[in-house]
Amino acid sequence: MTIRLNVNGATRAIDVEPDAPLLWVLRDELGLTGTKFGCGVAQCGACTVHINGEAKRSCVIPVGAVADMQIVTIEGLSAHGPTPIQKAWVEHQVPQCGYCQSGMIMAVSALLAKNPSPTDDELKTEITNICRCGTYPRIRAAVRALAAPKALP
Amino acid sequence: MTTRRMVVLGGLGAAGALVVGYALWPSTRLARADAMAAKAGERFVSNWIKIGRDDTVTVVIPHCDMGTGIFTSLSQMAAEELDADWNKVRAETAPADSLFANGPLGEGFILGGKDIYPDNIPAFLRGTVANSFRTIAEFMDLQVTGGSSAIRATGVYGIRIAAAAAREMLVAAAAARWNVASETCSTRASRVLHEASGRSFGFGELAADAASHDPSSHPRLKPKEQYTIVGTSVPRFDIPHKVNGATAYGIDVREPGMLFAAIRISPVFGGNLRSVNAAPIAGRRGIHKMIKLDDAVVVVADRFWRARDAVALLNPVFDDGVLGGVTSATIAARRKAALDDALKSDLTVGSGADALKSQKAIEATYQVPYLAHATMEPMNATAVYRNGNLEVWSGTQDGLGARAACAESAGLPIEKVTFHLLPMGGGFGRRLPGFFDFLDYAVKTAMAMPGTPVKLVFTREQDMQHDFYRPNVMSRFRAALGADGMPAVWVNDYTTDDDPNPEAHILYAIPNQAISAALVRTHVPTGPWRSVEASWHGFFIESFIDELAHRAKADPVAYRLKLLADKPRHAATLGLAAREAGWGAPLARGRGRGVAIVESFKSIVCQVADVTVAANGSVKIDRVVSAVDCGMAVNPDGMRAQIEGGILFGLGAAQYGEITIDKGSVAQANFPDYPVARLADCPDIEIHFHDSDAPLGGGGEPGVPPIAPAITNAIFAATGVRIRDLPIIKHVSLIARGATASL
Repeated sequence: MTIRLNVNGATRAIDVEPDAPLLWVLRDELGLTGTKFGCGVAQCGACTVHINGEAKRSCVIPVGAVADMQIVTIEGLSAHGPTPIQKAWVEHQVPQCGYCQSGMIMAVSALLAKNPSPTDDELKTEITNICRCGTYPRIRAAVRALAAPKALP
Repeated sequence: MTTRRMVVLGGLGAAGALVVGYALWPSTRLARADAMAAKAGERFVSNWIKIGRDDTVTVVIPHCDMGTGIFTSLSQMAAEELDADWNKVRAETAPADSLFANGPLGEGFILGGKDIYPDNIPAFLRGTVANSFRTIAEFMDLQVTGGSSAIRATGVYGIRIAAAAAREMLVAAAAARWNVASETCSTRASRVLHEASGRSFGFGELAADAASHDPSSHPRLKPKEQYTIVGTSVPRFDIPHKVNGATAYGIDVREPGMLFAAIRISPVFGGNLRSVNAAPIAGRRGIHKMIKLDDAVVVVADRFWRARDAVALLNPVFDDGVLGGVTSATIAARRKAALDDALKSDLTVGSGADALKSQKAIEATYQVPYLAHATMEPMNATAVYRNGNLEVWSGTQDGLGARAACAESAGLPIEKVTFHLLPMGGGFGRRLPGFFDFLDYAVKTAMAMPGTPVKLVFTREQDMQHDFYRPNVMSRFRAALGADGMPAVWVNDYTTDDDPNPEAHILYAIPNQAISAALVRTHVPTGPWRSVEASWHGFFIESFIDELAHRAKADPVAYRLKLLADKPRHAATLGLAAREAGWGAPLARGRGRGVAIVESFKSIVCQVADVTVAANGSVKIDRVVSAVDCGMAVNPDGMRAQIEGGILFGLGAAQYGEITIDKGSVAQANFPDYPVARLADCPDIEIHFHDSDAPLGGGGEPGVPPIAPAITNAIFAATGVRIRDLPIIKHVSLIARGATASL
């Protein structure tokens, strides 16, 4: 069956079962391997993408459920160079192995779009992605820096 | 058979005294290296060091990238000795070839517990000794990243010396062209200068000449006071590619015509596949083949999810013999029995356990559970068997060892095997040699499908249920205090599934000690888990010493300091952490503060944890202050990141981590039933360095061991409840009762 999928601004027709997980369609059909497989049960967040602007865990989303929605992956987020979040990630030297960071950055960017200055408590509640290297202190520092009111020029 | 101790280089610590010159490559080897790993315009001038025509220095790292930042810090060590312009320094992964074996690590490995000083090697043998050790390392196909050894072995005894020799060779090449003495030349920012005449050459102009000069095996090394690159927090090379999804891990490999494989391994360790019928998956879209292996069934399909869904529909029958009856309870009973009948003495100090006879012993028994590694990137490998050759791609902690393991799995000579070492989404010991089950399955799958590249990926469930677990260990203490309240006798009996653990030997000056180990082997596979033996003995020792301090009604920091009077580095590190944490300052009700200090992998780490215990028994870790003496940090921010990571790895395990055995197999399957630390668990973390002149210590692991006891000691301070069995979450109701009673 053919499914129309809008990924990173381009629409493609893909011959795939509607119950195929979006994560694996992105990785195996479209070659967008920046989105990672971690658990397959929406627990770890390594597969986080934006669907109509919301952070969603793509490993449990049947591709048929998101036909014609706006899907953005880490590749799409980075299409015009690093975003302020990615720059903050470099500035704070956040990643270690880096495997979870695509999902982490997608989750944080969706959060900051809704709530540019999250409190530490809001961050804890909203960002539940797993990082086994333990980059959490730097994620928190990077988000605090992004959330800080910018000095006027 | 490789023991865990061999794999994690337990003897490497002793190599801290290894100061013989490292055997550097003669020009014939440089030519081989050029053929294998130099691009146009590049020349190898020394082991691991390439210089390009544009002056770019590329450090060819005989290690893997698993996120600890060693590609950058090893390059800093090379650039420092070379006097290279840091902006023109790069790093790349060494080919999985014997030429690039990490010899210095092999020397430590081979030496085991022996120290080698130049004084006890006859002068005429010195070069040979280093040389023969390197040959052995190559023979053993070592290219290991483990044992927190990259900086302290490969860096200190290898790359740094190779770079210093390369600098001397570049100087000699320039001096020859100018017809001046080498001593009149200097180096700065990737140039050789002859200041008297104002002439200079870039490194790139000299590389080819330099390569023809003989390297000195004892090049002059820079004194620490002259460092300008080592000791600075330069940004890591790899990070920009890790924030935009560009870094390609093993799981991201894509070869033309590639198929995907999913696996179901016998749930009971050691069980064999008796039968499986392909009927349930017949006619499903994209399925290419079902392959029966000794202890597993594999389905190969055109897409991973199709293979995964299909393998789940099969009904394989596994033969698990008597092992299907094993549970955590039966294993615990065996460990308990072993502590009574299977003890072997490992260390006796003073009168040992005899000193207890006349005194009333303070007793406690501790336990830690099995733990999974749960790397974020599940185990995977891609392989193709084509025209008699095997090609494999994967992230492992030993490229050469992986290549050898693949050759063995395929039944091919190693020359027929190419191995591509890729970055990995976490290692933590899971991807060390000896634990290459995932390569074996991938290679056997590829061998069954000649000509077709196949990527085998473990689901999270397969990854968690087929790990090599941090062992479940039991440790029993008996002690007696002297009239001054200080420990007079320390008796410790513990179980092990490997050699006795030197990590059970204590830092503290106690006049009578008896330490014994009881060997218990079960069918549950175990392996090195970030910080290995220190992860359990750190918890046991630092908890029990805390019990003794409280029994003596002494302050836990002051008590430890008294016992460390002959260890100034340890005392200073403990003092630094206590001071920065505000040790002794009162805390609000329901809060507690605990301390622990552990030396592992030649780094001393002390942690002070502040916790808040809620009335319902839940424990929140508010703040961790850590002091670290690793000699000096090559990249202080990178070292800080490793200690932070170690704290969170250990904290999550202490709070929640437990793998249990039921019906001979692992009861947990995925993160819902094996929780790990998340952002909500993350305390405020402060790290302070105590710089010393000690040899450089390891970075990847030493942050882990002190955190569990620092937390449980803090829980005791808050509630009077002593946690002797991890994880903490098992004891919520006990902690709740303690919390209520202490209000």
